[in-house]
Parts: sequence; structure tokens; C-alpha cells
Amino acid sequence: MSTLTQQELVLGLFEAAPATFLSLRQLGKESFYAQGMPALKSEEYKFTPIAKKLESGLTDFSPAKPVKISADQVKSAVFAGFEGVVLVFSNGQYLPELSNSSEGLTVNLLSKTENTPLGSIAKADKDPFTSLNQATFTDGLHLSIDNKNVIESPILLLQFHQAQGGQVISPRIWIEAGDFSKATFIDYQVSLDDAPYFVNKVVEIKGGVHADITYHSLQEESNQVIEVSNVVTDIQQDSQFTSTQITLSGDMVRNNLTLNLLGSNSVGNMYGLYLLHGKSHVDNHTNVDHTIPHAKSNELYKGILADQSRGVFNGKIFVRQIAQKTNAFQQNNNILLSDDAIINTKPQLEIWADDVKCSHGCTVGQLDEEALFYLQARGIDKITARGLLLYAFAGEVLDKIEEDSLRNYIVNQIQKRLGSNF
Amino acid sequence: MLYIKNLHASIEGTPILRGINLEVKAGEVHAIMGPNGSGKSTLASVLAGREEYEVTEGEVIFQGKELLDLSPEDRAREGVFLAFQYPIEIPGVSTTNFLRTALNQVREYRGQEPLDAVKFLSLMKEKMALVEIDQKLLSRSLNEGFSGGEKKRNEIFQMAMLNPVLSILDETDSGLDIDALRIVSNGVNKLKSDTTATIVVTHYQRLLDYIVPDFVHVLYKGRIVKSGTKELALELEEKGYDWIKEEVDSTATV
Repeated sequence: MSTLTQQELVLGLFEAAPATFLSLRQLGKESFYAQGMPALKSEEYKFTPIAKKLESGLTDFSPAKPVKISADQVKSAVFAGFEGVVLVFSNGQYLPELSNSSEGLTVNLLSKTENTPLGSIAKADKDPFTSLNQATFTDGLHLSIDNKNVIESPILLLQFHQAQGGQVISPRIWIEAGDFSKATFIDYQVSLDDAPYFVNKVVEIKGGVHADITYHSLQEESNQVIEVSNVVTDIQQDSQFTSTQITLSGDMVRNNLTLNLLGSNSVGNMYGLYLLHGKSHVDNHTNVDHTIPHAKSNELYKGILADQSRGVFNGKIFVRQIAQKTNAFQQNNNILLSDDAIINTKPQLEIWADDVKCSHGCTVGQLDEEALFYLQARGIDKITARGLLLYAFAGEVLDKIEEDSLRNYIVNQIQKRLGSNF
Repeated sequence: MLYIKNLHASIEGTPILRGINLEVKAGEVHAIMGPNGSGKSTLASVLAGREEYEVTEGEVIFQGKELLDLSPEDRAREGVFLAFQYPIEIPGVSTTNFLRTALNQVREYRGQEPLDAVKFLSLMKEKMALVEIDQKLLSRSLNEGFSGGEKKRNEIFQMAMLNPVLSILDETDSGLDIDALRIVSNGVNKLKSDTTATIVVTHYQRLLDYIVPDFVHVLYKGRIVKSGTKELALELEEKGYDWIKEEVDSTATV
């Protein structure tokens, strides 16, 4: 067992937090003790030895204090052309003085909100890191969209991270989208320097009937960062949830995305792109639970892996017996640019209903040499040609991002990288 | 313009070209014919710079430069164009987008200013008419879901845009119906000039009714075994390749 599973250390983190949410955190702690850090042979984490990584990478298992953020830092981090609400966080703590809001959106600290059923969507006993977050988070944000409120401009959760000694950041967010509401969230995580830290985030999203929720996540942190993200969403009848997960860097990143389709005619779209180099290790675990008939899920994750990077994709689709007329599609495509890059990809379908349409597929390949030669034969240099082909590959996911400022920003970042050594 | 001297090339250790000699002058059209497996397409690929082929002997001088020393992109920039036998489909890259990148890289190499969007578009419109290709097709992913004829027309359209000195048409007639053949040939003929040259690689004489060659060469077992004028192509059409094979094989055994 790693030293981190020792109760004293987690207890230290637990006791460092203020007395708010005491009973909830107590339950989180017990759940974490019951589960422990995932062992090396743990099925869910077998390709991502995060406990080992935490042991080697962390020097100080204590909570990271918020650091001072200036208005200029916010300004330069916001995407060019972005118009919408900006909510600023420093090491998981909300900074109201740098944030704004809009009509129909209510923003509150979790500690100032009565009766938020934290842990009812992201259940502590489902994942050790969810329970660790529940045991150790200090505060977080409660976002709610009123019924029938359509917020056209996006809501940017700008999360600045910085810790000098590899401390732990435990962001906790609760999002509630009312009936017939619509909103787009962009969760953007930025490192302020190259120092290591461990982010252990939990986001719970509760959608009402006929709600339309989009959740983009962009991870562009330092290559020393260890991160676990748990995003869990419940959606109801006639509603839609769309997520895009873009990961461009990080030391070891694990994203658990869970979507519970709880009402008929609900639609879940899950898109992802990981573009890795160096020694980055990125693991996307998705889980769609079709609990009712007539729901639809679409999933497309793509990866480009260079150098000694490693990707993991595990896509679980669960179709319960009652969930007849389910449509579920899943696709994971990867390009490996070096002999040392590794991808482990696994579709995992459990289908108990008999009248469903489900499909899945995954591909792992190299850059198409024929296509490369074709472009070169027209006068395009090899690096540009390679960039064009890789960009075209990634484009299928990027095209799903409707918010122009975000898409343009990512396109720019990717082209910078593809047009160079990558 | 082009001198090929004693060119030998092999793929994975198997020799395909065994000593090709050919001179192409400006203003000329050369047809390379020959039975399947004779090395016709290999010759086209080696000239364009396909990496799978290893040149084991010989040299190729193109406008005074050692062609074989150049990367595929520099060959294109020097003015060599290969119309592919099987044009590649590239999802996610539109013809327009890719061609603008290509054209501007070629122009940069030649010391010309890049074309802005407006000038590029008007050049495109002009060349589109040449091969009767629709703009909608060009804004789609490159060759994806195109018919055989559309792909070949797109090749000739790209040729028109890049304005090459030496065009190599690799079995451009394969998979074309008679109308597409006419359109493609018209395009090629309109692009011919006193300063450019064309090498037409083909299995059948049919294409040569439209693109009339000045010289016809027959390739067999990696060598040019017979050269003549367009009448040679007609003779081949009539008698097939067997008589040439016999002629060559009997001398070889002596």
C-alpha cells in the first residue's frame, strides 16, 4: 500500500479544511478509507497508476491556498473574442471581485447555499477520488440557471492553479440547469507556473426537463500536473447534454465523465480530443448509463500521441433492460506519431435490453504516408503537410465546439504545435 | 528539359526499372506504354519522388538540376507534376484549402508573392472552367466520395493551378468514361505549350486519340524496348503487346 493511503495523511488534509460541511466531509473520509487509493491491479485504474504517481510527484499532501490573481491575468487568459460571463477561481476558490454574472444565472458559494445535495450525483462510493474530494474540499461554487432561462453567451469558469510544493487543489462545483433552460459552460484550467500540484476536481451537473447543457473542458496545464477530474451529469426527459474534453498537456491526467440519462428522449453527446507529447499520460474514462427507453448517446474521442506520451480511453455504455429503443454510438480514433507512444483503448458495452442500436469502434494508426506524399507532390513541405493531415484528423472533434472564441483559441494552440516539432 | 540516363530502381530489393534512357524536350508529348507490371507507374513515381522506391543506378536531370536529389515538394516547386493514378482521399482537408497552401508554397519557392484570397479565387474560377469542375466539389474534403471521373478532373484542375513545366499523367484514363476522358484530355491539351512537356503513362491507345503523342515508348521488364511515333500506339492497339514481348524475350535468350 502506498503511504498516501495511510489514514494520517488524508486525515491531515481533512483536518486542514474548515469546519463547514463537516458531516458531508466525514462521510467522504469514511468512503475514502473504505476504498483506498486505487491499487496497481485495480481494473478501473490499471493503465493509470495514479497512486504511484502521487507518491513520487507530491512533496506536500496539504491543501493549496488560493494565490492572488490580478485583473490583468484574467484579461490575458480569456480567449480573444470571448463575450460572456467570467467566473474566476484561484486554486479552486471562487474570486467574486474578479467575476461577473448575467441575468438568469445565480452564482453562490457552496458554503452560502442551503441544502445543496452535494454528493447525490457524484456519489462518493463510486470512485476513490470523488470521496477524497468530498473529504477534503473547502468550498466551491453553486451555479444555477432559472427555469426557462436561455443564456446564449457562454459561462467561463476560469480556474487558475498554482502551488509551490505540490499541494492539493480540490475544486467542487454544483451546476443546476432548470427546466427548459439552456447554458454553455467552459471549464478552463490554467497553470500559473511550472510547479507541480495535484488537482482533484468534482463537478456535479443536474439538468431539468428539456434543458440544453453544454460543458466544454480545456486542460492546458503544466507538464508537472497530476489531475483527476470527475464530472457527473444527470439529465432528464427531452434534454440534451454535450461535453467536449480537450487535453493538451499534463503529467498524468485522468478524466472520469459520467452521464446518467434519466428521462426519455434525452440526448448525450461526448466528444474528446487529446493531443499529447513529451511524457504526458492522459486517461479518459467515460460512462453513459441508459436507464430509460428512447434515449440517445453519441461519443467521439480522438487522440494524437507523439514522443513517449500515453493515452487511455475506456468507454462504458450501460443499457439497462428497461432501456429499449436506445441508440448508442461510440468511436475512438488514434494516431501514434512515434514508436514510443502508447494507447490503450477499450470499448465496454453492457447491454441488457434487446431492442437497441449500439455501435462502437476504435482505431489506432499512423499518419497516412500516401496522403503525406500526395500533399508533398503538390509542393507542400513535409511539416506543413503533416500539420494539415493531423489538423484534419482533429477537426472532426473541434467542429463540434460551437463557441467560436474557444474553438479559435484551441485551433490556434494546436496549429502552433502541429506546425512545429510537436 | 528532362534527361533520364540508365535509371535503375527497385522496391524492397526487387528491381523494377532496369536502365531507362529517355530524353524529353520542351513542347513534346511522350507516351509510355507497356503491359501490366512493366514499370510504367514506377517510372512516374520515381520521377515524383515516392520514397518506397530506391534508385540504385542512373540519373535524372531536369532543367539542369539533379532531380533525384530533391525532395518531392521541391520537385513540384521546380515544376514537376504527377497526376496520380489513384488520387488520395483526404477527409477534413478541402481541395481549395490545400491547393492554396500548395500554390503559395510553390510561388514562394519561385520568388513570387503569395496570392491573396481574391486573386486565388479568380484563378481558381478560370481553371475550373478548363476541366468543367464544380466549385462545390472543391470546397468538400479532398476527393472524399468523388467519382472516378471527378477525381481525375480534380488532378488536371490541380495541374492547371500549379502550372507545371513537366506533367506526368499516370494512367489518367483508367476508370474514365468517354465524356470524362474528353474533358480531361481537353484540359491537358489546353495546358500544353512550347515551354512545357507531358509524359502520358497509359496501358491503352484510347487516351492517345485525344492527347496526341509525338513519341511512343514501350516499356517492358523495366526497359524501353521500342520507341516510335503515334503509329506505334495504333499497332499496339491492334496487335497487343505479345509480339513485343516475344521479340524482346527471344533476343534476351540468345
